[in-house]
Amino acid sequence: MAAKGKITINQGLCKACELCLTVCPDEAIRLSENLNEKGYHPAEPAKDSCRGCALCAVMCPEAAIEVYRG
Amino acid sequence: MKGTDALGEAAIRAGCTCYFGYPITPQNEVPEYMSRRMEEVGGVFLQGESEIASINMVLGAAASGKRAMTSSSSPGISLKQEGLSFMAALELPAVIVNINRGGPGLGNIAPSQGDYYQATRGGGHGDYRMPVYAPASVQELYDITMKSFDVADLYRTPVMILGDGMMGQIVEPISLNERPEVEIPPKDYILDGAQDRPSRIVKSLILDPAEMEEHNWKLKRKYDLMAHELPQWEEFMTDDAKLTIIAYGTAARIAKGAVKRARSEGLKVGLLRPITLWPFPEEAIRSLAKKTKLFLVFEMSTGQMLDDVRLAIEGRVPCEFYGRPGGVVPIPQEIARIIERYWLQKEL
Amino acid sequence: MKAIYTRPKSLKPVSNHYCPGCGHSIIHRLVCELVDEMDMRGRIICIPPAGCAVLAYNYFDFDVCESAHGRGCAVATGFKRAQPDRIIFTYQGDGDMAAIGTAETLHAANRGEKITSIFVNNAVYGMTGGQMAPTTMIGQKTTTSPYGRRTEVEGYPLKITELIATLPGAAYVTRTSLATPAKIRETKKAIKKAFEVQMAGTGYSLVEVLSPCPTNWKVSPREAFVYLEETMEKEYPIGVMKDNTTKKDK
Repeated sequence: MAAKGKITINQGLCKACELCLTVCPDEAIRLSENLNEKGYHPAEPAKDSCRGCALCAVMCPEAAIEVYRG
Repeated sequence: MKGTDALGEAAIRAGCTCYFGYPITPQNEVPEYMSRRMEEVGGVFLQGESEIASINMVLGAAASGKRAMTSSSSPGISLKQEGLSFMAALELPAVIVNINRGGPGLGNIAPSQGDYYQATRGGGHGDYRMPVYAPASVQELYDITMKSFDVADLYRTPVMILGDGMMGQIVEPISLNERPEVEIPPKDYILDGAQDRPSRIVKSLILDPAEMEEHNWKLKRKYDLMAHELPQWEEFMTDDAKLTIIAYGTAARIAKGAVKRARSEGLKVGLLRPITLWPFPEEAIRSLAKKTKLFLVFEMSTGQMLDDVRLAIEGRVPCEFYGRPGGVVPIPQEIARIIERYWLQKEL
Repeated sequence: MKAIYTRPKSLKPVSNHYCPGCGHSIIHRLVCELVDEMDMRGRIICIPPAGCAVLAYNYFDFDVCESAHGRGCAVATGFKRAQPDRIIFTYQGDGDMAAIGTAETLHAANRGEKITSIFVNNAVYGMTGGQMAPTTMIGQKTTTSPYGRRTEVEGYPLKITELIATLPGAAYVTRTSLATPAKIRETKKAIKKAFEVQMAGTGYSLVEVLSPCPTNWKVSPREAFVYLEETMEKEYPIGVMKDNTTKKDK
C-alpha cells in the first residue's frame, strides 16, 4: 500500500503559478475558488491521494508548501 | 623619506590591513610599497584588475570591519567614483589617495590640481561629500594619512587624500610619529556572519522617497558635523598681510617661497593654506577678510578652489586669481612677480 | 505524521516580490535550505546583484552586502581576503555576471578566489523590464531586440561559464536547470558542492542555473518551464564543466 501523505499550503504566500499542479503525480492539488490577499486563486490540497512525495514542495517558488508523511 | 613611502608606512602604522589598487602613474610607488609591507605585517595586498574592481574590494574589506585603502591618479579616480558613491551611501570607512595628474582625459603625469571640483563635490553620483585632505609636506602627508583612517572610522565615511606627483616624489626628513590615541566606536555594522546575533544588511537601495529623503538628511547632518569639526588650515604671516595668498598642496609650497621673497622686499604678504579642502576652512578666510585688502588665489588649475574662496569672502574683499594648469609647476619667483604686479596695480 | 519538507529557517517568513513562477525564488529557497542543513548562517555572507535579486536581503536571514551592478566578485574578493574563514558567495544575474561584470567575474575566477558565484541565467534583463541580455537566445525578442536577437547585430549568446571553466583558478564549474523537480534537486547538490569546494579552499566555484522569467518571456509559468527545458537547455547544455576535486581524488 502506498505511503500516506499530507501537504499544507500557506495560501497567503501562493501566487498561483500552478507549478505544483504540473508536477503532482497524484492530482492532489487544485486551485482554490477563493482569492487570497494578493488576488490569486491559491493552490490547495485537492483530495486524499497525496503520497507525500514532496515534488510540489521542491518546485514551489514561494516555499509555501510543507509536506508530511506517515 | 619619500612621499609615497611615508604615505604607505603611515597607513600600515595606522592599522590599515587591506590595500587594493591598480597601477597608474604617478602613484605606482604606493602599491609597490604596500605590496612589500603588507606581506611583512600579515595584511592583504591585492592588485585588482581595474580601479573599479579595486575600490569595490575596498568596499568589501571595509564592510568586513578592516581598515582599507586604495590609491590612484586622476583617470583612475574617475573610475572609482561609482564605488565612492556607494561607500558614502553605505557609510563605509576607507582612505582613498588621489595623486592628481594633468587632465582632462589622459592628460599627462605632471603635478596638477585639476581634480579639486571632483574631490570636494563628492565626485560620484548622488547627494554626498567626503573629507578631502591636501598635505603640503612629507611629514604632513604622513600625519594626515594616519589621521584619515581615524576620521574615516569616526564619521563612517570614505576620506580622500589629494596630492600630486610632486608630493609623492619629494624626499624630506620626517619623524615617524606614533598613531594618535583615538577612541573608535564599536563597528556594529560590519558583516562577519550572523553568529549569535540577528542578520545584518549593508545596502543603499531605498525605494521609498520619504525614507530616502530621511537617509539624505541623516548624511547631511553628518556632513554638517564634519564641516564644524574638521576644517584644518595653516596661516603664514597673515597677521598684518595686506595681500593674502590662498593656495593648497604643492601650490602652497611655491606660494610660501613667494611670500618670503615678497616679505624680504618689504611687502606685507601672507598665505592661508587650506589643509582640508572639504570641509573648506571658510571661517578662517572670512575672518582674514576683515583685515586683508586683497586675496590672491593660486592654483595649478584654471581656477576651482577660487569658487570656494569667493563664496567664503562674500564679496567683502577683492579676490584675484593666478593659475598654471596642465602640469606646469611655476617657481616662487613667478608668483612673486604676480604679487608685485597686484601690489602696484591695487596700490597696496 | 513526520515532516518531509518544511520551509527553511534562514528564509525569512515573508512573501517575496518575485513574479509568479520566477526561478529566483526557487534558488533563494535552495540556498536557504543549504544554509540550514550545512549550519552556515553564522559564517556566510551574500553579495546579491543589481537586478531583481537586489532585494534578496529582504528574504535571506543571514548577512548580506549590496554591490553595484556587476561588481559582486570584486566586493566578494574584498570580503574573502579580509575574512578568509567566512563563506562568501555572489548571487548574480546574466547582465551582472556576463555583461557589466565580466571583468570582475573572470579575474576573480582566474585568481582562484575562494568564493562561490551563483549565476542565474534567464536570458533577459528582468528588473529593468525585459531588455536583451548577453545570454539572450538567437532570435529571442526582447524590448531592446524587438526583431529578435540577430547575430550580425547583437552578436552571440555569451557562454561565460564555459569561458570560466578554462581558467586554472576555477575549481568547480557547472550548469544546472530548474526545469523539473529532479533538476532542481541537482541544482541544490551543485550549490552544495560549490560551497564545499570553497570551504576546502580549492578555488573559485561557479554554478550557473538556467532559470525561467515568465513575465519577460511573456508566457505562463508552465510554458516558461517547458521553454527552459526544450529550448534554453539546447543552447546552454547542463552538466559539470570542471571539477578539480575529482581530479585530485583520482
